[in-house]
Amino acid sequence: MTTFDALAAWQRSPSVELRREPFGALAYDFVTRRLSFLKAPSLVRLVELLGSSSSAAAALDRAGIPDDERERHLVSLAALARTGVITRRVTQEAS
Amino acid sequence: MTVSLAPVPRLVDQFELGLDSPICLTWELTYACNLSCVHCLSSSGRRDPRELTTAQCEAVIDQLSAMQVFYVNIGGGEPTVRPDFWHLLEYAVVRNVGVKFSTNGVMINSARAARLTATDYVDVQVSLDGATAEVNDAVRGKGSFATATRALANLAEAGFEDAKISVVVTRHNVSQLDEFKAIADKYGATLRLTRLRPSGRGADVWSELHPTADDQRTLYNWLLARGDDVLTGDSFFHLAALGDPLPGLNLCGAGRVVCLIDPVGDVYACPFAIHDEFLAGTVLGDGGFRKVWQESSLFTSLRTPTSGGACASCSFFDSCRGGCMAAKFFTGIPLDGPDPECVRGFGEAALAASDAERPKASQDHSRPSARPVSLGLPGFPRKPPDRPCNENPLKES
Repeated sequence: MTTFDALAAWQRSPSVELRREPFGALAYDFVTRRLSFLKAPSLVRLVELLGSSSSAAAALDRAGIPDDERERHLVSLAALARTGVITRRVTQEAS
Repeated sequence: MTVSLAPVPRLVDQFELGLDSPICLTWELTYACNLSCVHCLSSSGRRDPRELTTAQCEAVIDQLSAMQVFYVNIGGGEPTVRPDFWHLLEYAVVRNVGVKFSTNGVMINSARAARLTATDYVDVQVSLDGATAEVNDAVRGKGSFATATRALANLAEAGFEDAKISVVVTRHNVSQLDEFKAIADKYGATLRLTRLRPSGRGADVWSELHPTADDQRTLYNWLLARGDDVLTGDSFFHLAALGDPLPGLNLCGAGRVVCLIDPVGDVYACPFAIHDEFLAGTVLGDGGFRKVWQESSLFTSLRTPTSGGACASCSFFDSCRGGCMAAKFFTGIPLDGPDPECVRGFGEAALAASDAERPKASQDHSRPSARPVSLGLPGFPRKPPDRPCNENPLKES
């Protein structure tokens, strides 16, 4: 179960940087100094595509996440949203 | 393109195999220190003439930045006594290498506190080993409690948020945990508790200062009850066998996720293991720090899965993983043996068996007065002769 809005536009938070590692990536927030872990390369790719995708669902498509893996990735995105690694993006149309 | 998502191994298993860059890097900038704490991990006191120059330090920072080492823990010695310390701090943070530095507070006057408040990505950690001057100064030296609390007051007054107060838990201060928390609250700081290691001069005092089995239980219960907003640097993972695991990585990160750069640029597996046995290389070699981290034979071997050795059959092995490598090494316990503070008591037996085998320090920058001098002539060891005819003719008394 997730309360994550997959139809909204998301992005990696501006204060967060990713560092690729064999297992996926480390995410470090320079403001909160919080370290998080992206535990799969596919999740890293997904997060990097968020900023240039119209929605999280569109990013899932672009990252080529198969149908039976989508829910699992959405759960991961929801967790990353809770810890501030990703944030809602105000789309150009809306601003 | 379809990306298949294989089952993800537990993070702790991934970390055992090492990372491309360290998560947590400690960099001791100088062996010089105005204090002579009895338990100093790095046996600091006097500056080493070979310490890295400003330009060499900048080159290290450039490489850390390129490797995306998000922050370094800078210590010493007392790092702020280096004249270029504040320059290096700026140099790092503008390159996205955040700095947390440990200090006894000696240089944190109100002007400096104000400048630190205005700098992003800087965290200040003030060392305090007693919640009262009496307990603190017995370990850290006369006046050091006043110095530390003055620094904390200056930081709070300047509006510096969330400084850290770092406490090495000992037999003498384990009863003061609530008082430490109150001091942290008073200054708007976060309390950090770490483990006493038998490293550096700590080896000399470890037997007298390390928490007893009862003390360890007190600490463990306190951490479970009140530890939510207390940092531990994961240093108490050997206590996990007392019950529920404590939050954090229950793993020795030496050479896998942590390492140490010492003031002369030598790279060791962890801050508690400044000894030739754990020396991986130097940042001054070709390829610099990156090459040492990624290719040194020591780190490669530390990233090879190990058997649990003597602990393999213990039902708690998964939570404590045999404990702290440095604590074992410096107390003469084999690296695949139990932690000297094993909560199930196996450490005490191993200590008894290994008593004579403690390794000698491979470096010492203590000022001459810092090591307690045993009574008698220093040139003549006081241990009893193994045979009566070996009796020293010049023995005292």
